[in-house]
Amino acid sequence: MTDQFDILKRSFLAGKMDRRGFMTGALALGATLSVASSAFAQAEQAVPKKGGTLRVGFLQGSTSDSFDPATYNNDFMFATNYAVFNHLTEFAPGGVIAPDLAESFAPEPGAKIWTFKLRKNVEFSDGRKLTSADVIASLGYHLGEDSKSAVKPVLSQIAEMKAPDDHTVVFELSTGNADFPYIFADYHLCIKQAVNGKIDPLSQIGTGGYTIESFEPGVRVRLKRRDNYWKEGRAHFDQVEITTISDTTARMNALMTGQVDFIDRPDLKTIHLLKRAPGLRVETVSGTLHYTMPMHVNTAPFDNVDVRMALKLAIDREELVEKVLKGYGSVGNDHPVSSSMPFFDPSIEQRAYDPDKAKFHLKQAGLSSLNVQLYTAEAAFEGAVDASILYAEQAKKANINIEVLRQPNDGYWSNVWLVKPFCCSYWGGRPTPDWMFSAGYSKDAEWNDTKWNNERFNKLLLEARAEVDQGKRAEMYSEMQRLCRDDGGALIPMFGQYVFALKDTVQHGQLSEMWNMDSLHFIERWWMA
Amino acid sequence: MSRIWVLLGERLALGVVTLIAISALIFLGVELLPGDLAQQILGQSATPETVEAFRRELGLDQPAVQRYFQWLAGALHGDFGNSLSNNRPISELLSARLGNTLFLASFAAAISIPLALTLGVLAALYRNSVFDRLCNVVALVCVSLPEFFVAYVLILFFSVRMALFPSLSNIDAAMPFGELLYRSFLPALTLVLVVVAHMMRMTRAAIINVLASPYIEMARLKGMGRLRVILFHALPNALAPIINVVALNLAYLVVGVVVVEVVFVYPGLGQLFVDAVSHRDVMVVQSVGLIFAAAYILLNLIADLLSIVSNPRILNGEG
Amino acid sequence: MANLFRLFAAAPFTARFGMIVILIVAVIGLFAPLIAPYGETAVVGAQYEPWSRQYLLGTDNLGRDMFTRLVYGTRNTVGLALLTTVIAFTIGSILGILAALLGRMTDRILSRIIDVIMAIPSLILALMLLTIVGTSIASMVFVIALIYVAPVFRLARASAQTVVVMDYVQAARLRGERLPWLILREVLPNIASTLVAEFGLRFCFVFLFIAALSFLGLGIQPPTADWGSMLRENATLISFGDVTPLLPAAAIALLTVSINFVIDWMLHRASGLKD
Repeated sequence: MTDQFDILKRSFLAGKMDRRGFMTGALALGATLSVASSAFAQAEQAVPKKGGTLRVGFLQGSTSDSFDPATYNNDFMFATNYAVFNHLTEFAPGGVIAPDLAESFAPEPGAKIWTFKLRKNVEFSDGRKLTSADVIASLGYHLGEDSKSAVKPVLSQIAEMKAPDDHTVVFELSTGNADFPYIFADYHLCIKQAVNGKIDPLSQIGTGGYTIESFEPGVRVRLKRRDNYWKEGRAHFDQVEITTISDTTARMNALMTGQVDFIDRPDLKTIHLLKRAPGLRVETVSGTLHYTMPMHVNTAPFDNVDVRMALKLAIDREELVEKVLKGYGSVGNDHPVSSSMPFFDPSIEQRAYDPDKAKFHLKQAGLSSLNVQLYTAEAAFEGAVDASILYAEQAKKANINIEVLRQPNDGYWSNVWLVKPFCCSYWGGRPTPDWMFSAGYSKDAEWNDTKWNNERFNKLLLEARAEVDQGKRAEMYSEMQRLCRDDGGALIPMFGQYVFALKDTVQHGQLSEMWNMDSLHFIERWWMA
Repeated sequence: MSRIWVLLGERLALGVVTLIAISALIFLGVELLPGDLAQQILGQSATPETVEAFRRELGLDQPAVQRYFQWLAGALHGDFGNSLSNNRPISELLSARLGNTLFLASFAAAISIPLALTLGVLAALYRNSVFDRLCNVVALVCVSLPEFFVAYVLILFFSVRMALFPSLSNIDAAMPFGELLYRSFLPALTLVLVVVAHMMRMTRAAIINVLASPYIEMARLKGMGRLRVILFHALPNALAPIINVVALNLAYLVVGVVVVEVVFVYPGLGQLFVDAVSHRDVMVVQSVGLIFAAAYILLNLIADLLSIVSNPRILNGEG
Repeated sequence: MANLFRLFAAAPFTARFGMIVILIVAVIGLFAPLIAPYGETAVVGAQYEPWSRQYLLGTDNLGRDMFTRLVYGTRNTVGLALLTTVIAFTIGSILGILAALLGRMTDRILSRIIDVIMAIPSLILALMLLTIVGTSIASMVFVIALIYVAPVFRLARASAQTVVVMDYVQAARLRGERLPWLILREVLPNIASTLVAEFGLRFCFVFLFIAALSFLGLGIQPPTADWGSMLRENATLISFGDVTPLLPAAAIALLTVSINFVIDWMLHRASGLKD
C-alpha cells in the first residue's frame, strides 16, 4: 500500500497528474478519511449559522413524483432525497468522494473486494439505529430480478455483498474497480430501513438532517430540521420549502419579488438583467454537464469516419457557446471527460471550426456534399433547437446540408434518443472517466448512444478500471479520450455550466462540482447569513 | 313544462353516454401515444430490462382492453383507482385540485360575467360612440394576446414594479379566505381579461340584433327611454345567445387554464392533466378528462335549459 | 375598380384603417422575399443588436434580423391561419347546416361527435393528435382545423335551426330542391353574417393556438419564422420591460383588430341597421 502511495505521490509531484487525480488515487488506496476531510476543512472556512427558512423555486418536479428511489427523475426529488436520506458516500468539492454513512472504505489489492465500515451513532428519524442490514436491503432493492431501477446497470458489477457484522459491508465485484466508492453517492442509492430484509420503497423515514412536514407532488415539499442529526456542522436551516415553478419567467419573477430565496436554471437570455436587481447574485458551477449530438456509427453515412470528422469540423463551437449558452459554458472536444474530472488530459488539441478541412474529409469519403437529418427538441437540453439551427447554418459553408427536425418534448427520450441516427442529447456527466465511458461509450453499455464499438477502447476501459498505478491509468485514459475524439460517434460541441440565482443572504462554502447546486446537497450544506 | 323534464332526462342520459365515449377515446389516445409510463419515468436512464420490470409492476403488460374495463367498472362505482406513477388514490389527488380549479373559475366568473354584461349593454346603448369603439378595440386587443403574455404584463406591473400582489399563487387549503382571494387575484384578473372580451362582444351583438325587430320599434314609438328598451325588451330576448357564450366561457375557465396555472404556479387540475399526459399516467388522464368533460356537458346543459326557460319558442323549434 | 374605391371612401375611419392594414399585410406576405433585407434563417450579426439602419428592428437571440423574421413570419403565420380557418369553416358550416336540415339521427350523431371533441381540452387533444400523426405543417393544419370544426359546427347548427323552420326553406323543400341547393342557396346566405363574425376571431385564435403549441414544443418547425413562436421565444424579456416581445404581439393584435373592424363594418352594412 505504501509503495503505491509513494508512486502516486511522485507522479503527482512530477506533474503527471493533477490534484484530483491524486486524490482519487489516494482514495482508492484507502487514504480516504484524512484526505477527504482536509478537503472539507478548506471548503467550510466561512462560518455557518443555524436558523432561518430557505424557500426554493425549482424548474422540475412533477405530479407523478414519489419517494421510490428507483424512479427519482428530477432535481426536486434529488434535493429532497439528499436532505432526508444519507448515502454511503457523498460528492465533495474538488472531484473528491467523501464518506457519509460509511466511516471508511478500502479495497483489497486489485480493487475487486471492497470493505465499507459504517458509522455507529446513526439513527433514523423514528429512533432506530442504522445497521448493515439496512444497507444491504437498500442496495438489494435496485439489484433484484424485478428491479425497475435506473442504477441497475451500474450496480450489476457487484457480484456479492455480505454483512460480517452490524457495521461492516463487504462487496465483491466481478472485475476490479478503483473508482467503486463513487457509485454510492448516486441519489438512487439512499439508505432506507430494512424490514425483514426488504425496504419499503415509498418510506419517508431516513437518517438525514431533515424530516418531511408535507409533500404535495408537483407542487411543493416542506422540510423541518431534525434536532439530533448525527452529522456535525450540517443542516443549518430550520425549515426548507421547495416549490415547483416550471415556467422560467415565473421563477425569475418569484426571486425578484422576494417570494423565494433561491432558484435554479434562470433564463440565460435575460440573466444579465436579473443580475442588476439588488440583493441578488448569480452563481455558476463548471462541472461535468455536457451537450452531445450522437451519431450512430453503424448507420450510413455515419459509418464512415471521414463523414464523422467532417461533421465534427463543420460546427462552430465558440459561436454555440456564445449564442446558445450566452457564455455560460465552454467548448467541448468530442470526448466526455471534463476539465473538472480526474484524468482529464489538457494536452489534447482543441478542435476548431474549419469548413475547408471538413470539405477535405468529405472528399476523402468520396462525397462533394452531404445531406443529413438532425433530430432535436428542447427536451434534449435547453437551447438544443437553437443550437441545431446554428449548426445547420454553419455547416452550409462545408457543403453539408443539415435538415433540423424538431420533435415533441414529450417522449423524446424513448422515441428519438438511441433510435434516430443523429440527434441532440445531454449527459449530466459522471464523476470519473471510467463511469462516464462505461455508461455511454463501451460496446455493451445500455446507453451507448453512438453504437460505437472500438476494440482498443473497450480493452483499455477494462484494463484502466482495475489498474491501481495512477500514472499508467492517466496514460490509458488519455488515449481513450483521443480515441473518442477522433474515431467516436459523439459530436460534443460544448460543456455547460450550471447556473442558479440566489439572495445575498444565502451563503455556502466551496461548491462541489458534481451536478448542480453543490451536488444537490445545498439543503444540508448551506445556511442563511 | 313537462317537455322540459323529458328533455332534461334525455340530455342527461346522452351526457352519460358521451362521457363513456370520451373516456374510451382518451384511453385510446393515451395508448396510441408513443412510449408509456415506465419509459417516461425512467427517461434517459431506461434500459429494456428495467422498463419491462416496471411495466409488470404497473400491470401495463395486461391487454389494454382489459385495463380499460377494469377502470370503467371502478369508475362507475365512484372509485377512480390509484395513480400509476405514485400509487396514491386518484380521488385524493383530484379533490384538492378540483377545489382550487373551481375556486379560481368562480373568482374569475364573478368578476367577468357582470363586467361583460354591463359593458356589452352600455356598448349597445351608446353604439358607435367613442365609448363603444374604445371597448371594442380594447376587447379585441385582449383577445388577440396570448394568456401567458397578459399574465407576464400583469406580473410586471402589479408585482415587480408596484409590489401590490404576489406573482406566485401557490395557495393551500389552510389559508384563510381573504388570503386566498389576495393570492389568486392576478391569475383571476388574467382570466377575466381573456374571457371578458368574447362575452362583451356577443352581448353587444345580440342586443343590437334584437334592436332591429319590429316590437322594439314599437316600444320606442311608445316613447320608452333607450336604456329601458334595452333592459326590459331587448336583453330578455337576446339572452339565449348570451347564455350560450357565457356557458362556453365558464367551461373554458374550468378546463382551459393550463397556461395560467403554469405561470402563476396555481395548483389546479390543468397542470395535473398535462403532467399525467406527458407521463402517460392513463388512470389520472382518464379521471381528469372525465371531470373536464362532465363540467363541459353540464354547463352546456344548463345553458340550454336556461335558454329554453328564457325563450320557450326554442323548445318548439327543436321538436 | 372605381366601385371599390367609392366603397372604400364611404367606409368609416375604422374600416378604412382595417382595410389598409390587411392590404399591407397581404403585400408583405406575398412579396416577403423581396421586402426582407436578409434570408429567413440567415444569422447576420451578434445577438440582440439594438435597432439600427443595418438591422431595422435589431436582431434576435441567435443574431437573425428581427425585421426579416417578422416579414417572413407574416407569410407563414397568416398563410397557415387562413388555410386552417377556411378548412374548418367549410367543413364545420356544411356539417352544421346538414344537421339542422336533416335533423333526427344525423343531427344526433353529428352533435354527439362534436360534443366529444369539444369536451376534451383542445390543447391536450392537439398534443395527443400531433404526437400520433407527427408534426409536419400538413398535420398541424389538419389537427387545428379538426379542433376548430367543433365550435363552427355548433354555431352553424344553432343559427341554421332558426332558418330551416322559415317558410321559404319549407317551400324549397316542397319544390323538391336537392340538398346542396338547400345548403348553399337557402340556408348559408341567411347565416353568413354570424359565421363571418366568428371567422374574424377564429382566424386570429389560430396564431395563439400555434403559440400555445410551441409552448409544448409542437409548433411550426424551426427555423421557420412565425409570430406565435417568436412571441414565445422572447417572452421572458417582458419581465424586464423590453419591447422586443411586443413586436410580434403587436403584429398579432394589429391584424386582429383590423380584420374585426372590417368585419364589423360589413355586418353593419349587411344588417341595414342605420344609427
